[in-house]
Amino acid sequence: MSDFIARRPVWSLVIIIAIGILAWLVFSVWTPGMEAMMGRKRVFLSALFNGITLGALYFLVASGFTLIFGLMRNVNLAHGSLYLFGGYVGYSIGTLTGSWLVALVAAFVIVAIVGVLMQVLLFRWMEGQDLRQTLVTIGLSIVFADLLLWNYGGDTFQVTTPDWLSGPVQLPFVVALRGNGDAVMMTYPFVRIAILIGAIVLGVAMWLALNRTRVGMLVRAGVDDRDMLSATGVRVQLVFVMVFAFGAGLAGLAGVVGGTFQSLQPGEDTKILLSSLVVVIVGGMGSIPGAAVGALIVGLAEQFGSVYMPTYAVMLTFVIMVAVLAVRPQGLAAARR
Amino acid sequence: MRKVLMAAVAACSLIAASSVAGAQEKLKIGMMATLSGALTSGGEDGVRGVQVALKQLGNKIAGREVELIIATTDASPDSALRAARKLVEQDKVQVIVGPLSGSEGIAIRDYSKTVPNVTVVDGSSGALETTYVNPSPNYFRFNSNGAMWMAGLGDYVFKDKGYKKVAVIAEDYSFPYTQVFGFALGYCKAGGEITQRQWVPLGTKDFGSVIANIPDDVDAVFLGLGGGDAVNFLNQYSQTGGNAKFVGGSIMVDQTVLSSKGAAKKLLVGTPSSGGVADAWDDPRWKAWVKAYQDAFPADKRFASPSLFATNYYNAFTALATALNKVNADLSDGGTKLRAELAKVELDAPNGKIKLDDDRQAIATTFITEVAELPNGELTNKFVRTVPDVNKTMGLSPEAFKAVGLPSRTNPECKK
Repeated sequence: MSDFIARRPVWSLVIIIAIGILAWLVFSVWTPGMEAMMGRKRVFLSALFNGITLGALYFLVASGFTLIFGLMRNVNLAHGSLYLFGGYVGYSIGTLTGSWLVALVAAFVIVAIVGVLMQVLLFRWMEGQDLRQTLVTIGLSIVFADLLLWNYGGDTFQVTTPDWLSGPVQLPFVVALRGNGDAVMMTYPFVRIAILIGAIVLGVAMWLALNRTRVGMLVRAGVDDRDMLSATGVRVQLVFVMVFAFGAGLAGLAGVVGGTFQSLQPGEDTKILLSSLVVVIVGGMGSIPGAAVGALIVGLAEQFGSVYMPTYAVMLTFVIMVAVLAVRPQGLAAARR
Repeated sequence: MRKVLMAAVAACSLIAASSVAGAQEKLKIGMMATLSGALTSGGEDGVRGVQVALKQLGNKIAGREVELIIATTDASPDSALRAARKLVEQDKVQVIVGPLSGSEGIAIRDYSKTVPNVTVVDGSSGALETTYVNPSPNYFRFNSNGAMWMAGLGDYVFKDKGYKKVAVIAEDYSFPYTQVFGFALGYCKAGGEITQRQWVPLGTKDFGSVIANIPDDVDAVFLGLGGGDAVNFLNQYSQTGGNAKFVGGSIMVDQTVLSSKGAAKKLLVGTPSSGGVADAWDDPRWKAWVKAYQDAFPADKRFASPSLFATNYYNAFTALATALNKVNADLSDGGTKLRAELAKVELDAPNGKIKLDDDRQAIATTFITEVAELPNGELTNKFVRTVPDVNKTMGLSPEAFKAVGLPSRTNPECKK
């Protein structure tokens, strides 16, 4: 941290000021002049929080995607299908058992198994042939999409939110003052806060696992140079299978999460795939912190875009992607080589 | 011995070949429906509508077996164009039923001008411009457009429901523009005010900020969403604990949304809306159609009752079959006779009488409805009243209607 400040004094100052302004915007009571300029504070705050929670969902999907890419150089374009499949599995098991947590775990496990099968039965046999693998994943995504449509139909599904997660909570942020001077507090859906906390915990756990454990060391070594890793006697195929299973499982888990606070329907697979592609391109292919940064940026851009410039909201994320590609093509948080 | 065997085989294959040639050629009918994307469930129900119509005809038109070729679209104009080109150029069909969605209809109207020998009967698309601006001579539409489906709703909402101010949340393409246009025409004339319009992209997943942006001082929110977007909105709205009243666009309260899984749809109970169908209408023709629909499919492969899309596709196909029967399915003249017959078709449809005007646009009935919960927990559209014989100028004179302008994000203004 202090190292960063010493190296980039100007940037550090800019970042600190930006954080300060943001904190002031969040905690202060807005004057009528500010409301005239930027709309009501409730709208701003909820766009901010929604952007962050949407980023949390994108992070869940994109971290698996980026992990698989980083280690195996395999652009898994069937990742969105794994997300949708996980969501449907979660829905089925949720209605069967009545428990949301069971659905979450089951979706993770089942989709992880599918990931193992994909790695063992398909990608293992075309290792190192990036283009062929990518084409196979496109084919798989089409097959998955049709199978899911065949089984679940075109209806919109929604994983039932458990009682302890549903409903709004009050946050300690003043959004407005009533006529008599009472403060109106912000209310916000609890399920979104839970998702945010879950994603942060998972992100930190992944970072720790990658940087502090032996398995994480193997994975990092594999990302850097998998030939050398296998030459040192590590069973690199086993590492591949594990990473693929974990990445796929995360997509399945995200499917249940997405199905809870959004919904599941055909076409969701390509939408989420596109989002996670943008996320990893912005953040840097193969980097977990990159996925977190990218997910946050894309989530915030989508939400602020939909409030402050609705006509161009669809374009905004792609403008960001183009800008990043132009200025820093390796991604914002890519490892220095 | 071997020679005899060869000869026998040869003879058999000859007979087989000649019998194939002797059978009458199948009548190919192309169909476009949104079987992917946000309106998938609507597209599937459109297909079911055509299947019921085909079943009633014994899969035969003018004595010829019908071969239905379905092309998938995703509610975007370019996907509709691709589907239409595939049907015409690859499958060589001469008649097409479809498309389903507003902007698709405009794209196909333009395409149909480039293939004058192909006859297009709209499936369920509802943009005003499709048959109002530069109509195409081989494009027929037996359903109302989005504005006509809103006829009388504004008046009902203002006078009977007492909603004096509304905000609008709708998808950002031609059909919702048309619906808001139709609603505003009646609502503003009655004295209502639209204080805010939020247009969201088709396929929006996260409505959090849109919901936060709803003004506090409105009596109700007009929702012009459809399919998955509608369910997403309701789901997220219930999570924020909101309790606003709603006014629904035609596909907001359609069976595609009312039959969705999950509890959020219950928010819609009591929502007034209007459209081309009313689930709980007790007209015998409507009841017969509902029964035919329910009998044709097992309960888990259909909606509780046919949606707007199923009904419109059913009507479109029935109209086409009627005209094809009249000309004995003879399309050798490039469909000229067929189109002459189609223009004359008057349907005694399940949702009221339908006839075409000079621009081949339907003049049909609009139903004002209200969402109600059945004892078994299913939601249905309670019938309130009908607005018969709605035409495309909404009862205004052509000049007065032209003066209002075309539907857009901001038109008509509706401010005080």
